[in-house]
Amino acid sequence: MATEEPIPAMATVDRMLTDEMVAEIRALLPRYPSPQAVTLPALHIVHERWRHVPRQAVVEIAELLGLAPSQVQDTLTFYGFFQQDAPHGRLRLWVCRSISCHLRGADALLAYLCERTGLRPGETSADGALTVEFAECLGACEHAPCALGGTTLHTCLTKEKLDELLKTVT
Amino acid sequence: MSTSERVLLANIERPESHALSTYEGAGGYRTWRRVLAEQSPQEIQDLVKASGLRGRGGAGFPTGLKWSFLATDRPGPIYFCLNADESEPGTFNNRILMELDPHQVLEGLFLSCFATRASIAYIYLRYEYPLAYVRLQAALDACYAAGYLGRHILGSEYSLEVYLHRGAGAYICGEETGLIESLEGKRAWPRIKPPFPAVEGAFRRPTVVNNVETVACVRHICERGSEWFRSQGVPPDPSNPRDPGSFGPKLYCLSGHVARPGCYEAPLGLRVDELIDELGGGVWQGRRAKAAIPGGISMGLLRSDEFSCRLDFADPLKYGCLGLGTAAVVVLDETVSMVDFLHNSCQFFAHESCGQCTPCREGTAWSLRLLERICAGRGRLKDLELLLEIGDTMGILPGTTICGLADGAAWPIKNAIRKFRGEFEDYLRRTNPEGYRAEQPVWALLSESEA
Ligand SMILES: Cc1cc2nc3c(=O)[nH]c(=O)nc-3n(C[C@H](O)[C@H](O)[C@H](O)COP(=O)(O)O)c2cc1C
Ligand code: SF4
Ligand code: FES
Repeated sequence: MATEEPIPAMATVDRMLTDEMVAEIRALLPRYPSPQAVTLPALHIVHERWRHVPRQAVVEIAELLGLAPSQVQDTLTFYGFFQQDAPHGRLRLWVCRSISCHLRGADALLAYLCERTGLRPGETSADGALTVEFAECLGACEHAPCALGGTTLHTCLTKEKLDELLKTVT
Repeated sequence: MSTSERVLLANIERPESHALSTYEGAGGYRTWRRVLAEQSPQEIQDLVKASGLRGRGGAGFPTGLKWSFLATDRPGPIYFCLNADESEPGTFNNRILMELDPHQVLEGLFLSCFATRASIAYIYLRYEYPLAYVRLQAALDACYAAGYLGRHILGSEYSLEVYLHRGAGAYICGEETGLIESLEGKRAWPRIKPPFPAVEGAFRRPTVVNNVETVACVRHICERGSEWFRSQGVPPDPSNPRDPGSFGPKLYCLSGHVARPGCYEAPLGLRVDELIDELGGGVWQGRRAKAAIPGGISMGLLRSDEFSCRLDFADPLKYGCLGLGTAAVVVLDETVSMVDFLHNSCQFFAHESCGQCTPCREGTAWSLRLLERICAGRGRLKDLELLLEIGDTMGILPGTTICGLADGAAWPIKNAIRKFRGEFEDYLRRTNPEGYRAEQPVWALLSESEA
């Protein structure tokens, strides 16, 4: 979930996991027979709050779950979803490029979006407002071409609809 | 076309179809109450076995048979993993069920857990389904509050906990052992089988993995009986002793170049042309179809003269496709270049291979580079043989990989080139007249991500 609070630079904080986040992660432990299974949920909790999972947070999650940091890091890097080095934009917009959307013009849309914003997939605007991503099938092919912006699905996209959407990005 | 009453989609047109009160008003959870009060897990297993239900997640394995493999002689819990990772391009029926009728899915899940004596269930939901997440969580909360879930459910001996667990954007998490590894907090590297999950699955315990639509079918089998289920669909082919038939209702996803894309319900065995023309309103913009994906992109391609193919578990094989898959049909109209189609397919699989097996990691990456080179006008006739060699040698069927992703990557290559050979040759001749016959190796272009 996008948050309006500023994200602290790594050098200025001792801990990335707030007390609330630690409590939220701890509360998940009884659901699974092994603490390692809480890795993905914990990564999501951190990622939703800070829009990335810096190495310091990896170390703290590992400590909390009784794992080696490398175990958490290994899992994190497997899943393309998690950012590590810098926060993604306040809006992360995933444009589907798989077959049903491709047939309905997704390539041109993604190219248009990149051109309009000057960003390539995976890049974030300098003001931190927007990250452009490509996605593989979003499971909404009946609405092709489509894109997921945060938790909102944008259906039957056109350049005009993209323009409208970009106006709301701040 | 066989018309019949809608079952799986019966509830979705109602206002607030996702609410517990709506679901109960339409008879929901009555079956759950009755089964808990009157029936044993073995009875439900036998019923599902008798129904002939086969898994809707892609492989079509008989559900009752899978359940009977569960190792019951071990101490400790049995786990149930509901596979809600739905990521096969073209497929969205699980999303529709979870968003618009989550209680139908949950009642089916509870019944399936009861039948398999599972005491803990995880719903492995892909992260890209935020609405399904909200709806399922609300539905679970409502079930706990109503006593349909938890300890000693409705005063019975049976206790069940269900947890939502979200993925993080990797197609391979849909493969059942990749799902289990991911659930355990690791990279989603599929496991070598055996042991199968029924013997050693999540947390090294006996585990059932079933698809969302599969458990939704279980709910209706428990309510209406196995005879009702077997009255729909396609009976076994008498000349094929290994065909157990394709029974029951099915959700067909239709997208691409079609007038009315959407999710349609009909018994198994609907013909591709019936789906496109009668339910989907025909090819869009009055054009003609050139080809269609029969069941998600992994299943390969049908030419437009093969649209009499029936969408059941047996017929697509007769047309050289990998199988029924998810019964997600994607229509390609006459303007589509098959080279472009194949590039898109190779791009998907190169991105999604987990990288564990060399034939799949290298095969998907190199097939993409070959297609990129062909699209850039530097293809050679020889590349078609190379692509076919890659396609014929990676996968479970040739026996070179751990999981079926590689078969899914291979099938579009094999079907596209073998069924549309002339178009590929024309393309090469047109775009690279000099190099068309070149035998010398040509450097592959670097894909954009590496450049
Ligand atoms: C690469 C790959 C991806 C898969 N993705 C899914 C998926 O997203 N959802 C699903 O239910 N099954 C998927 N499957 C099939 C599962 O491995 C498994 O067969 C299925 O979940 C079993 O449930 P069922 O018997 O109810 O069909 C996938 C298989 C492979 C090889
Ligand atoms: S076949 Fe491909 S996706 Fe499957 S385990 Fe091997 S490398 Fe991974
Ligand atoms: S192909 Fe884009 S949502 Fe499925």
